[in-house]
Amino acid sequence: MAISRRVFGALVGLMLAGQAVAEDWQAVTDAARGQTVFWHAWGGDPRINDFIAAVGAKAQARYGVTLEHVKLAATADAVARVLAEREAGRTSGGAVDLIWINGENFAAMKAQGLLHGPFATDLPNWPLVDVAGKPATVTDFTLPTEGFESPWAMAQLVFEYDSARLTAPPADLAGLKAFMLANPGRFTYPQPPDYLGVTFLKQVLYGVMADPGLLQAPVDDAVYLAATPPLWAFLDEIHPALWRQARAFPANEPALGQLFADAEIDIAFAFNPGRASAEIAAGTLPDTVRTFVLAGGTIGNASFVAIPFNAAHRAGAMVVANLLLDPAVQARAQDPAVLGFQTVLDVAALPAEAKARFDALALGVATLAPADLGPALLEPHASWVTRVADDWVRRYGLAP
Amino acid sequence: MTGLELEALSVQNGAAPPLVSLTARIAPAEVLTIMGASGSGKSVLLAALTGTLPPGFHAGGRIVLNGVDVTRLPTRSRRIGLLFQDDVLFPHLSVGGNLGFGLPARVPDRAARIDAALTEAGLPGFADRDPATLSGGQRARVALLRTLLADPQALLLDEPFSRLDADLRVQIRGLVLDRARARGLPVILVTHDPEDARAAGGRVLSPMGQPIDV
Amino acid sequence: MTATGGLLRQVPRLTMGLLAVPVLAGTAGTLLPAFGVAGLVPGGPGLTAFHALWDWPGLAGAVWLSLVTGVASTVLALAISLGLVASLIGRRGFAGVQRLLSPLLSVPHAAAALGLAFLIAPSGWIARALSPWATGWTQPPDLLILNDPGGLALTFGLVAKETPFLLLMILAALPQTDAARRLTVAASLGYGRLAGFALTVLPALYAQVRLPVYAVLAYAMTSVEMALILGPSLPPSLSVQVTRWAMEPSLTGRGTAAAGALVQLALVAGVLGVWRAAETVVVRALRRAAASGRRGAGLDRIGQPVALACGLVPALALCAGLAGLAVWSVAGLWPFPDALPAGITWQTWTRAAPGLAQAAGTTLGLAVVSTAVALALVLAWLEAEHRFGPDSQTGAMWLLYLPLIVPQVAFLPGLQMLALSSGAAVGWGAVAAAHLIFVLPYVFLSLAAPYRAWDGRIAVLGAALGAGQGRVFWQLRLPMMLAPVLTAVAVGVAVSVGQYLPTLLIGGGRVETLTTEAVALSSGGNRRVIGAYALMQMALPACGFGLALALPRLIFANRRGVGAG
Repeated sequence: MAISRRVFGALVGLMLAGQAVAEDWQAVTDAARGQTVFWHAWGGDPRINDFIAAVGAKAQARYGVTLEHVKLAATADAVARVLAEREAGRTSGGAVDLIWINGENFAAMKAQGLLHGPFATDLPNWPLVDVAGKPATVTDFTLPTEGFESPWAMAQLVFEYDSARLTAPPADLAGLKAFMLANPGRFTYPQPPDYLGVTFLKQVLYGVMADPGLLQAPVDDAVYLAATPPLWAFLDEIHPALWRQARAFPANEPALGQLFADAEIDIAFAFNPGRASAEIAAGTLPDTVRTFVLAGGTIGNASFVAIPFNAAHRAGAMVVANLLLDPAVQARAQDPAVLGFQTVLDVAALPAEAKARFDALALGVATLAPADLGPALLEPHASWVTRVADDWVRRYGLAP
Repeated sequence: MTGLELEALSVQNGAAPPLVSLTARIAPAEVLTIMGASGSGKSVLLAALTGTLPPGFHAGGRIVLNGVDVTRLPTRSRRIGLLFQDDVLFPHLSVGGNLGFGLPARVPDRAARIDAALTEAGLPGFADRDPATLSGGQRARVALLRTLLADPQALLLDEPFSRLDADLRVQIRGLVLDRARARGLPVILVTHDPEDARAAGGRVLSPMGQPIDV
Repeated sequence: MTATGGLLRQVPRLTMGLLAVPVLAGTAGTLLPAFGVAGLVPGGPGLTAFHALWDWPGLAGAVWLSLVTGVASTVLALAISLGLVASLIGRRGFAGVQRLLSPLLSVPHAAAALGLAFLIAPSGWIARALSPWATGWTQPPDLLILNDPGGLALTFGLVAKETPFLLLMILAALPQTDAARRLTVAASLGYGRLAGFALTVLPALYAQVRLPVYAVLAYAMTSVEMALILGPSLPPSLSVQVTRWAMEPSLTGRGTAAAGALVQLALVAGVLGVWRAAETVVVRALRRAAASGRRGAGLDRIGQPVALACGLVPALALCAGLAGLAVWSVAGLWPFPDALPAGITWQTWTRAAPGLAQAAGTTLGLAVVSTAVALALVLAWLEAEHRFGPDSQTGAMWLLYLPLIVPQVAFLPGLQMLALSSGAAVGWGAVAAAHLIFVLPYVFLSLAAPYRAWDGRIAVLGAALGAGQGRVFWQLRLPMMLAPVLTAVAVGVAVSVGQYLPTLLIGGGRVETLTTEAVALSSGGNRRVIGAYALMQMALPACGFGLALALPRLIFANRRGVGAG
């Protein structure tokens, strides 16, 4: 271990000097062999945990890298850990090798200089990523990733409903509002500042703002004050008709999903278009559940992995990040019996054998085909997120 | 006032042979002494009389006090006063508090009555004292006062003098028995000390009802 | 002799020193960011963090909530435990109570809360059992029962968890109060059971359980897991909000979190002070009532059934909640309003098994090590106190209880900083040391009263028979104290098993215990997996308590005067 560290240190130096990627990659895999990579990722879904374990098995077999999944309750735990290590002066040998990250967390770490990079664009599988068709793979909440994080799954907001209870789902935001008002207590959203709750607010903003393009720029007082009143008006209208009359909200995405499974609400939403199918396959939702999107598109983003600046096993982490982009692994993730996560790769451009693997995948009974998913609206700038979340807490943070 | 009658009182633990088998009538102001070796059933008899038999024991027969059958009554309704080996004065109450605890609630002029009782017992002005500061003899007297202030109809004495030294024993024993006789209370005295039995001057029986010669 | 005397004598001071450093570092870790010092938070020194705290509209509500639920649940738990003891002591049911306690005590707080949440929610088990035949519901009603703004669900959950703990402490202290004879005297004087207990036994008893009551009060006011699951969300309790701020990705929340934690600390200290004052009032009232001679016989008629019912309902609810989680762990599809799942599947267990086994091993190891060290320190401390008299310097005893009163989330980052800066290896040993800080006060609490109340005459007799102090300790005192010692061990194990933030923060994520896994999984809301992990989480402390009850009985089967208490 100590020997490979010295070798690894030398190799990093060489890499930074800008040698050819192929030679570097061989050196990286050599350095990575025998390392144990600690991937800090949310552990609340056993299916995801199993998937990560399977990736670990592959990493062990192919590269001799041992993958340890550190199950987090929230990504911020890992961010705080790296920050604390930096404050204590630990600039190497950190406890976190790889983080499943995006959005605000990524913005915070990048701004604080807590990330190692750029590394993503140097990964051998990078050319397979559908950068053109899926701009969210290189722009995280309007922030260019600049290679500081590597994507591994696409997400798009979809709404779920039980076709046995609800025959005609709403088609757009106005229809959704009409549904809420006609069926009081059968809809709700997670409590901001939870990311899914704020996503709902962003979705509403897209629907009620005169010029949604303003969301791509950092928030400006004048713009904010002019643009957001329709959002608050919308919420003021629907809150009395929400679940528990908006006196309580579910805490997060899984809690919302549980309410849906318990039939406490009729419409739920999630970032994973394949979630409903996966749950049906696992037998936790009835097989009459289907999904829909709103006309005009729903918000989409990507999930990434990033490497902290002081990671102890940087080479191993890069190997894992590259492995996540492997077509076989991506196809496995997209399988509704496994995860149902949409791929970041450009399937059409894959070699025939890999492409066939994707084509063979069943969509899942509740998953919309990619063509039916509608446009993926870009995430607004991170500053809008904080501002809207704070304002929500100020206005609705006390039970009426 | 017909006194305390024990009609075929028996106590056994489960299916074992009875530890107690007693028929006796104790007239007012009379003292019945129960004597026996350790483990002979004295404490079981007392428990049966006070109504505090542990689970697993059961009592047969009847206990009648002044014409009232108290066999099935709970302890607090039997009006049978109790004196233990230790005085069991409540340390968190003053002497006067202990006595007030024993005095029934509806009695007027409580403080005056308590003071009078204390003075009569040779403890004038002790009402505000901390029980822990009293000597052994003083504590025994306060315990007796507390029991008597509750106006019991019978007295049970569970070896109450064995902790006291020779002189005190004579003094306290005399006090207790005099007071009991003066009030016309039937008394059951449980002891292993033949001196106590002789001073009591009444019948002496074993828990199984056998007369004992002192 | 002098050598051991010297080392033993220093144990109290050494232990305080050992604890003081991490505790103070932890507290500094709270104080400094609150005042904007130490560069942990953007912006210079000043009161910005407190301004941010003040700006939060939910502050008043959160403080009120913490206050009300904390005090109410503690008062209720205390009243119920005392009422139960008063009603059942000397009766056949009393031994049964002790046996029931151990399973209830080993349920971790999060699992208990999740079980209760499933039970009482509008889509929960009670509603499912009653629907649709009794209630006519085909879908869950829109009632705010769980997470109600008044905090009733939270209070209920807290009472359900705290009553068994207080009962355990009371049962441990009871033998030292001469309860049986005092109650007989009171009964012979005509007093009812409840009145007799309250007037004659309670004053001596409370003095011995005062510290556990304070610990319960502090926990009730600062609990995070139970408030998160059962308490209201708009606004949440102060501790929950402090946790949220501390976990904010923006990192400015750290300062606000620290400020909130300080407010929380002041709140707890204030309430403890008020409670202490209230004690004197109550004592005076009890004394007056005792001297007044009022027999209170009528109290029993209402009081006993009420006490029994109030004791039974939370216990049954807890058991039912856990049963619900157990059913979820093997449930297939389970829609509302079915009372039982449509199908059984072992998928959850088989999936979770490998992770469970490894986590269980780590959990057990940590619990054993931290509790063993804590026990050794506490025993040495108490023995030193016994031999050399109370050390005047340990008037700083409050330092010992500081970990119980300051919210963990504000205390631990400071500790983590210490661990990192001192170059302490990330991993097992550091986590065990962190657990020790929280286990030690509880072990001390459980053991101090029974230890000090041991009949000193036996030691004198032993010495008179020629035994040295060491022999007296090992051959006389410890065997006689087996039951309280094992109980303290069981409590220590339970505390260690339930630790989440210390394991996560100090272990750097490298140390996986059943609790870290369970909390991470519970953030996924997956009731099935939560059920499996909750049951496993319970198993370890349950064994501990079972042993604590069974071993003394086994070892001292022929010695009625020892042990089971």
